[in-house]
Amino acid sequence: MRKGWGALGMTITEKILAAHAERDRVEPGELITVKVDMVLGNDITAPVAIDQFRKTGARKVFDPNKIALVPDHFVPNKDIKSALQCAKLREFAREQGIPHYFEVGRMGIEHCLLPEQGLVRPGDVIIGADSHTCTYGALGAFATGVGSTDMAAAMTLGEIWLKVPESMKFVYYGKPRRWVYGKDLILYTIRQIGVDGAAYKAMEFCGESIENLSMDSRFTMANMAVEAGAKNGIIAADEVTLEYVRERAKGKCRVFESDPDANYSAVYEYDVSKIEPQVAFPHLPDNVRPISEVGEVRIDQAVIGSCTNGRMEDLRAAAEVLRGRRVHPDVRLLVFPGTQQIYLQAIREGLVEIFVEAGAAISTPTCGPCLGGHMGVLAEGEKAIATTNRNFVGRMGHPKSEVYLSNAAVAAASAVKGRIASPEEI
Amino acid sequence: MDTDAIIPARYLHTSDPAELAKHCMEDADPRFVGQVQHGDIIVGGRNFGCGSSREHAPIAIKAAGVSCVIAASFARIFFRNALNVGLPILESPEAARRIEAGDVVEVFLGEGLIRNMTRGEEYNAAPLPEFMQRIVDCGGIINYVRQRIGDRG
Repeated sequence: MRKGWGALGMTITEKILAAHAERDRVEPGELITVKVDMVLGNDITAPVAIDQFRKTGARKVFDPNKIALVPDHFVPNKDIKSALQCAKLREFAREQGIPHYFEVGRMGIEHCLLPEQGLVRPGDVIIGADSHTCTYGALGAFATGVGSTDMAAAMTLGEIWLKVPESMKFVYYGKPRRWVYGKDLILYTIRQIGVDGAAYKAMEFCGESIENLSMDSRFTMANMAVEAGAKNGIIAADEVTLEYVRERAKGKCRVFESDPDANYSAVYEYDVSKIEPQVAFPHLPDNVRPISEVGEVRIDQAVIGSCTNGRMEDLRAAAEVLRGRRVHPDVRLLVFPGTQQIYLQAIREGLVEIFVEAGAAISTPTCGPCLGGHMGVLAEGEKAIATTNRNFVGRMGHPKSEVYLSNAAVAAASAVKGRIASPEEI
Repeated sequence: MDTDAIIPARYLHTSDPAELAKHCMEDADPRFVGQVQHGDIIVGGRNFGCGSSREHAPIAIKAAGVSCVIAASFARIFFRNALNVGLPILESPEAARRIEAGDVVEVFLGEGLIRNMTRGEEYNAAPLPEFMQRIVDCGGIINYVRQRIGDRG
């Protein structure tokens, strides 16, 4: 693209937003209206959005093919109220002829499911009534979380107003150590900048270590951008991305990348070879320590799964640690594959057998335990290590319970040892 | 102040404002619901409302009778949601620092002015950008959308 005299280059985030605002360029701080390629809601947020949609006076959504409804938080229905919420979603999908509604048994945790189903592509703008919608930035898309009323407005008009964010650049170089994954890079990063360190901004992840990172680890990194307050996390699409998308997505992808002279509010560089597996202590995701400095923390529960770490890479890492071992007698290990397809693949690879033989419980895909909803709620005083994304007070149950965040290998090793442990100890 | 503290997920199987209000701030301060009075103002610190996208958080605060939230800064999804559900919010690090529990405070939303009657102080809040003010003037994004659809015929 030709640039005007004196105009700086643009970041990938600015380019995607400009394209969807049908403009040549946008500047950070501008309020713009963009067309959306996908609007997402779940069984907690979509029922409120459906009520709000009714109030607009519209009878039909702007495009049924560009809406995804995923009951995943309190499913399989945990009680009568949850059942009513899910029924509302189901009936709305039928009424509006929305094809991307995913029923229990054919579903997944939304942010594992949408990329797998090819519903989100490089260059897209995706908004979702779920804060972890930023996950899809891993595909080189602009994706951000909003509330239910914004979702209703977008379902009606097919567009949304946004403030163009400033971008922060995070460059990772060096070879990762054994047992270090995307989770560790993002926890390390959040530790450096804090839980509001990227507030309202775009976090752009790049560098040779990102280029060498698996798609699954990239999803984990973009997923937790919101835990630093970011509007979106983004990784430019490359061969790894396109290979992932090629098998899944329908329609054309638009690959954008940042100009060399794009403007950033801050640039950080991290040597990945110095990063150990990381653990976030209660009660904030920036309260992070390297595994070597954790000390003695006994645990009652270990949770492997979620939109952050419920993908094949995570299950394979956990299985590698658990193979031929037993879960500690004082620990409950819960494993939640991210989607039905991941579940099936884990069965085919023999991972599920390893988990069951180790003494773990395997669940259908659900967000349940991550937010203390169901399927693994903590009692007063209990501690859990989890591959999830938040460790706020009461997040997984009782307000006096504690959540520690880690990658899947650390969670598995901890389940065996009965205390937070490195896979190296196994 | 995160959204799990404002309204714990275990109550998200409903979106009824009155029901949500009963559990507002439950894990942060179980006495809150018993003590809050109609028209009270919440004063918070940095990154108020961080975490989940649940609109149930500003809905619960509003339904509990709170008239306005003043904070040093707001997390972005909470900011949007508060505007969309009609919960007045003002960002003022100075006000967040100076106001103590129990102070009597008067708020002028249009001017972004906060007057602390107890201490005889005034603080300025960042005014809303014009575009957002238009949404507020419409009575929220839903009315704005309704107007747009009307225009479309």
